Amino acid sequence: MVPLPTAPVNALFEYLQRLGDDRLILGHRMSEWCGHGPILEEDIATANVALDLIGQATMLLRLAGEVEGKGRDEDALAYWREAVEFRNCLLVEQPNGDFGHTVVRQFLFDVHAVLLLDGLTRSTHDGLAGIAAKSLKEAKYHVRHSGDWMLKLGDGTDESHRRVQRSLDDLWRFTPELFVTDAIDREMISAGIAPDPAVLQEQWQTIVRDVIERATLQHPGEAAPPASARGARQGAHSEHLGHLLAEMQIVARSHPGATW
Amino acid sequence: MSTNIEVAAQAATIAADGQWPLWEVFTQSEQAAPHEHAGSLHAVDAEQAIQNARDVYARRGGVISLWVVPAGAITASSASDAGPLFDPGADKAYRHPQFYKAPRGVRVF
Repeated sequence: MVPLPTAPVNALFEYLQRLGDDRLILGHRMSEWCGHGPILEEDIATANVALDLIGQATMLLRLAGEVEGKGRDEDALAYWREAVEFRNCLLVEQPNGDFGHTVVRQFLFDVHAVLLLDGLTRSTHDGLAGIAAKSLKEAKYHVRHSGDWMLKLGDGTDESHRRVQRSLDDLWRFTPELFVTDAIDREMISAGIAPDPAVLQEQWQTIVRDVIERATLQHPGEAAPPASARGARQGAHSEHLGHLLAEMQIVARSHPGATW
Repeated sequence: MSTNIEVAAQAATIAADGQWPLWEVFTQSEQAAPHEHAGSLHAVDAEQAIQNARDVYARRGGVISLWVVPAGAITASSASDAGPLFDPGADKAYRHPQFYKAPRGVRVF
């Protein structure tokens, strides 16, 4: 166990890592589909989403490194931090499962991303607002794509319906973490840097409920909030992140400073 | 705010060979330019065809508009018709404007 820092030295640095790491880790997960998509067109689509997310992560982690001011760039943050230093939520590090599982994870994330990025376009931090404006266009397409698949698979065959329902029930428990508000979030809200997660949560629930109903799926009900105040945002990750990082970081760590 | 989760629900029809229906994709590169055939792809409905066309044919930019058309909706001329359909046009120079001399006093561009 890593001791919790009592007071964050740099709340903005922490917050930018959360934003960047969500996208870096989910982008890596989506890249695992490359060459394994259900059809050629979807293979290209998932790779596109992966690249969009990694591109967003690049911008956010670069800004995080500048804010930290210790000479770390986006590559240093992506490849040279350990699992306990990552600030992504649990949802994005969950394994892909079958295609329907990936779709559900992506959809739950995409709705959150659109709402959050929309709020961040009005951030008092110009650099972050700019990144959000660029990323929002991509996120709007992502949710169109994953939302369409939610309807097609949920309201599809008996098998696709059963699989997507199971994935929804399984992944649902990771969604409250998206809206947890801690000291860092409160500092971001009061500085006008980030929107209030509580406001996003209401909108998120409305949109997600609507799509679940139209997909003829069963709403999993109220999800319990995280039991511990020390969650993935503080570095307490599931076992899956370590395996993901081992694969993601191996080349950079085997050949430090290499360029290609 | 718009989240674009509007999706046109259309019945999916799977072809006898198990492939999803084929669509022809046309892309437009700029205002007033014609939509040109870019290629084809598989999709179960029009919304998915647009999404796949975006991902396959527009992801590197240079596209401002997409058309997707069910391949079955296109009627094509057959190769055996090529003679009567196209050969007569090959030797009729008077159908080209260049065949005619511009009258004196008309500026030739």
